[in-house]
Amino acid sequence: MTANDSMAIQVSSLTKNYGKLTAVDRVSFDVPKGEIFGFLGPNGAGKTTTVRIITGVLKADKGEALVMGHEAGTLKAKQIAGVVPEMANAYEDLSGWKNMALMGELYGVPKNVIKDRSEELLNKVNLYSRKDESARTYSKGMKQRLILCMALISDPEILFLDEPTAGLDVQSSRMIKDFLLEFNSDGKTIFLTTHQMEEANQLCDKVAILDHGVIVKIDTPERIRTEIKGMHSVEVSFEGAVNPHFFNSVSGVKSLKKKGDKYRFYTDKPGSAVVSLVNQASAKNKEIVSLNVLSPSLEDAFLALTRKKES
Amino acid sequence: MSDTALLFQQAKRAWIIAKKDIRIYYSKGPVIIFGILFPVFLFLAFAVGRDLPFEFLIPGLLGMVLFFTSTSISPAVAPWETQAKTLERLISAPLKTHTIILGDIIASFMYGVLVSIVPVLAGVSLGIKIRHPVVLMLGIILAGFCFSSLGLILSAAPTSMPSTIMMLSVMVKFPVVFISGIFIPLDQLPEWGRVISFVSPLTYFTDIGRQCIQNHGYFFLGFDFLMMLAFTVLFLFFALIIHQRTMPKRI
Repeated sequence: MTANDSMAIQVSSLTKNYGKLTAVDRVSFDVPKGEIFGFLGPNGAGKTTTVRIITGVLKADKGEALVMGHEAGTLKAKQIAGVVPEMANAYEDLSGWKNMALMGELYGVPKNVIKDRSEELLNKVNLYSRKDESARTYSKGMKQRLILCMALISDPEILFLDEPTAGLDVQSSRMIKDFLLEFNSDGKTIFLTTHQMEEANQLCDKVAILDHGVIVKIDTPERIRTEIKGMHSVEVSFEGAVNPHFFNSVSGVKSLKKKGDKYRFYTDKPGSAVVSLVNQASAKNKEIVSLNVLSPSLEDAFLALTRKKES
Repeated sequence: MSDTALLFQQAKRAWIIAKKDIRIYYSKGPVIIFGILFPVFLFLAFAVGRDLPFEFLIPGLLGMVLFFTSTSISPAVAPWETQAKTLERLISAPLKTHTIILGDIIASFMYGVLVSIVPVLAGVSLGIKIRHPVVLMLGIILAGFCFSSLGLILSAAPTSMPSTIMMLSVMVKFPVVFISGIFIPLDQLPEWGRVISFVSPLTYFTDIGRQCIQNHGYFFLGFDFLMMLAFTVLFLFFALIIHQRTMPKRI
């Protein structure tokens, strides 16, 4: 594969087998420099295996991957990358400060730079005041923020994150997302895997949807959403209880879901469905409290694409 | 980057790994129990109540302490890192697998060498004369490196349970202690016992200790060093190959 200067990551026909199972099946994609690229997929889709191959933790059985033009897994490729692995942990016997120092030293960062950057990074994620405490005393969100800072101590050109906000509280999750956007605004590249569609929607310039080790779609979140036909939905809530049978006489309803105090139905003709719904409510003396027509979400698109593959 | 610069860089990073291991693992309970208390009590069980000269006892104690301490850190680091989920972060750092392994060996080696000073000082305070201190020091250094490499082979199984590895290593270490001329001098072992003792690296270090303290041994000193060196190269070679294969299976 020829290295392309404008690309941060180049992946070609990457394949990884575990016995008879093909975890990653001829996966190919490019990530331009300065982009936030999201890797979406259900559990077992091959996201983590792909990240591990690109970050040099695993070796591919076939195919190639380049990171900033360097072969994945080489010292040069590792040196310019920061990594936040899935389920990773900081050294709990060390303080937050010593964890930062350890990672800085392993990347060959000079001691004075380690000190300055640790101070800056830990301050940004509100951990500086607890820098001398053992990482064992940190909450899950604090540990994840520390791990992110450890990945950034070498001021990497590209950052890999595997499920960076999984299981975190809203505050930590928001802090990490803001941090990533700030990192990206300096022209740095981010490659992240996530289960959370909203996170991908908020952060990513482009996403790849992976299912059973195969990429089923790569595009911008917006284009993926709008490409899904027949997935418009109408969300409605009523004053008082309404039986689901009410919707049998509303035209164009393809499927119906109860969501809290609301109903959401899917239709490919949202305009006529809304007219029918309003007429029906008026005829049956039901007062509509709220009514929203929703275009397909990334989650809808994701489900449609992964379901299509299964069928 | 030239090959020399790369070698220097990785050696420096191996030392950083070793410093991390020293900070984290030296004070862990299983390391102290299996590395220090175990050999001391085993030795006391053998020595107390017997009228044996210190010249005979101290080389045996030294060999046992160095063997147990040097093999107490290296087998435990890999499963501990797996269990604590810190290994993947380490593998994705700009380090060769050899660098990580070398760092673990250095930490284990230093632990063994430092603790082995205690029986030497104990011997000196009991009036024992060390006839060849430089040779003994070289022997301790080589043996520390050799046993640390052996310890790393013992942690080859890609498990996240340090206790499993500790038990496995005790199963290997126990018989080695009994066949290495620590409790019974080699020339008093039956023929079959002597043949078995030749495959233990501890045999040659104990012999070095006896030559430096008792002024007589079973082999030529040069042969002892040669065998220790051969075992070190062999253990290091296998440790590197095995861990290269098993490390990705740990994550």
